[in-house]
Amino acid sequence: MIKSLSRFFMQRRSWSIPYAIFLFIFVLMPLLLIVYYSFTDEEGVFTMGNFRKFLMHPEAMNTFIYSIGIAIITTLSCLLLGYPAAYIMSQKHFNVPKTMIVLFILPMWVNILIRTLATVALFDFLKLPLGEGALVFGMIYNFLPFMVYPIYNTLQKMDHGLIEAAQDLGANPMKVFTKVILPLSMPGVISGIVMVFMPTVSTFAIAELLTMNNIKLFGTTVQENIYNGMWNYGAALSLIMLLLIGIMSLFTNEEDNAQNESGGVI
Amino acid sequence: MQKSNYIIEVQNVSKHFGDKIALDNINLNVKKGEFVTILGPSGCGKTTLLRLIAGFQTTSEGQIKISGNEITQTPPHLRPVNTVFQKYALFPHLNVFDNIAFGLKLKKTPEPVIEKKVKSALKMVGMTDYEYRDVDSLSGGQQQRVAIARAIVNEPEVLLLDEPLAALDLKMRKDMQMELKEMHQKLGITFVYVTHDQEEALTLSDTIVVMSEGRIQQIGTPMDIYNEPINSFVADFIGESNILNGTMVKDEKVAFAGHEFDCVDKGFGENVPVDVVIRPEDIYIFDPQDAAQLNGVVTSCIFKGVHFEMLVQTDQGYELMVQDYHSFEAGRRVGLLVKPFDIHVMKKERTCNTFEGEMIDANHVEFLGEKFECLPQDGIESGDKVNVEVDFKNVILQDNEEDGVLSGDVNFILYKGNHYHLTVGTDYGEDIYVDTNDVWDNGDCVGITISPEHIRINKL
Repeated sequence: MIKSLSRFFMQRRSWSIPYAIFLFIFVLMPLLLIVYYSFTDEEGVFTMGNFRKFLMHPEAMNTFIYSIGIAIITTLSCLLLGYPAAYIMSQKHFNVPKTMIVLFILPMWVNILIRTLATVALFDFLKLPLGEGALVFGMIYNFLPFMVYPIYNTLQKMDHGLIEAAQDLGANPMKVFTKVILPLSMPGVISGIVMVFMPTVSTFAIAELLTMNNIKLFGTTVQENIYNGMWNYGAALSLIMLLLIGIMSLFTNEEDNAQNESGGVI
Repeated sequence: MQKSNYIIEVQNVSKHFGDKIALDNINLNVKKGEFVTILGPSGCGKTTLLRLIAGFQTTSEGQIKISGNEITQTPPHLRPVNTVFQKYALFPHLNVFDNIAFGLKLKKTPEPVIEKKVKSALKMVGMTDYEYRDVDSLSGGQQQRVAIARAIVNEPEVLLLDEPLAALDLKMRKDMQMELKEMHQKLGITFVYVTHDQEEALTLSDTIVVMSEGRIQQIGTPMDIYNEPINSFVADFIGESNILNGTMVKDEKVAFAGHEFDCVDKGFGENVPVDVVIRPEDIYIFDPQDAAQLNGVVTSCIFKGVHFEMLVQTDQGYELMVQDYHSFEAGRRVGLLVKPFDIHVMKKERTCNTFEGEMIDANHVEFLGEKFECLPQDGIESGDKVNVEVDFKNVILQDNEEDGVLSGDVNFILYKGNHYHLTVGTDYGEDIYVDTNDVWDNGDCVGITISPEHIRINKL
């Protein structure tokens, strides 16, 4: 008996049990609860009413579309800012010191709320108005490292021989970039897009702090509904957001497999 | 303007990486259509030379011309050469067709022409019908074929090959060697091939360039290089060989291994120290009889497939490698004979170590960047520039680097039948040559000492 018990604990598979329990209680159960709540009304009777309300309710719908718009703008800006930075850092001949790379990644180590509060203070200090501009700035500022890091990672791991091969076959520096470097860094770009887009769709703290609660994002709507006791409707909205993110990551996963070139962080 | 006959001209080219000299004053001319192999051990600078021709690195000094045009500063994409890389460097995001068409598409070749050329390149490398395969799904040999097709499809004037077969297994390598040779004949373009495999070089090349430590040692046809190596490095590197110290007694008479042999070399002078090279297959081995020039005992006998490889310890204390179709088992007494034509005599590059130095005081002299104790010297003042000589056998090597006056690394080991001749690269940068009976390995860090009575000093 003791022998079989000890064997059970020696097995590597058994070590994952605590985490599996944790996952079940804090991830799977809540997810199931969200699904349950979104398909029932206050009395616990099955209904599609919550979803109907979302589709009929122009305000919630508008917030949803607006949030996605903001997320797209943020993601694109991060990509345009982050790619060149990642590229320069990854190229040996630019001789970027390691500390510079750490500085780029450093914001990832600081809590998002603290960074956002600091942004508020900064806007205050510069006497800039809070609002939509501040919101987009705050988003880009917060999520840029999540774009830079995966792209830097793929670019840095790229075999330099491929670049030489392209040069050898007659590609000028521009062509080397468009024909070899860019396509081979796509896994990193996709990882970066996913890592920026997903949290920007669902965030509400940044919107609340940087627009003095004047602009509502979808995350804010969810939070308000739950805060005001409208659990079922809030759950339905969360489910819609989850589905959107789920569909997107499914789509990008497929891309990743097709590329068959690891290096992203997801 | 007079056009030169050579397609590639490398003139006085040197390349430094920091303090390290990778190439030292290289001169090399390659004729149009030639198959040239650059051969040398790893780290000899052969790949650097190829990369300079391809344009991935720029020369520190000297110039390179292709078809008479100076291209020393031209970026790689504008050079009329294509490269086959050791690690293939196929683009993982493109299939076989697009990999091969890469160069043609950049040149804006019309679509139907691309199609035709890619097809014929694939046929050339024996990969018809592989167009739409993923490059990752191919074996190493197939990937290398695609890499070759990708290079030759552009019809370059010169094809550079950087150890293209190094990653393949033996059987595959042999097959590919034959195919490369055929391809060279069919295409009629110049091949510059880099390898460390001497057999490959002998099989493939019209001309072999043997390199060591950033310098060209010898340029010649495979036959020349094998039969008439210019120095002991080349003799040792190409094929198996017995290299012994000898003395040229007079023309057509050379003494080594305790016996005086007839030979065909002349013009060395009388009683001049020389290096003697005898290929193991050129030594006749038989049961003891009067015809024998040397007598000895077989110490080991190994079956090598086609022949047996035997080590014979002669009565005079020399160890010789002998290859023969008949086996003489270990412990058996044998006689050995070498025909005059098979003895190759080489001028010795040096007979002792010579350094430039400076007298510090009555019994100290500085050379190789260190202070050595020496015997008191008459007629030489402190501060005088001097010439220092040390015999090979009087240099003492120590396991512990700290025990030596200076330290160095063993760079090259040559077995001379009854002792080892080592080249030790000192930390000062100059080499010191050592004769020893102790066994050292390549790359060993050693301490170096010389006793005072063995340092000969001459005023400059």
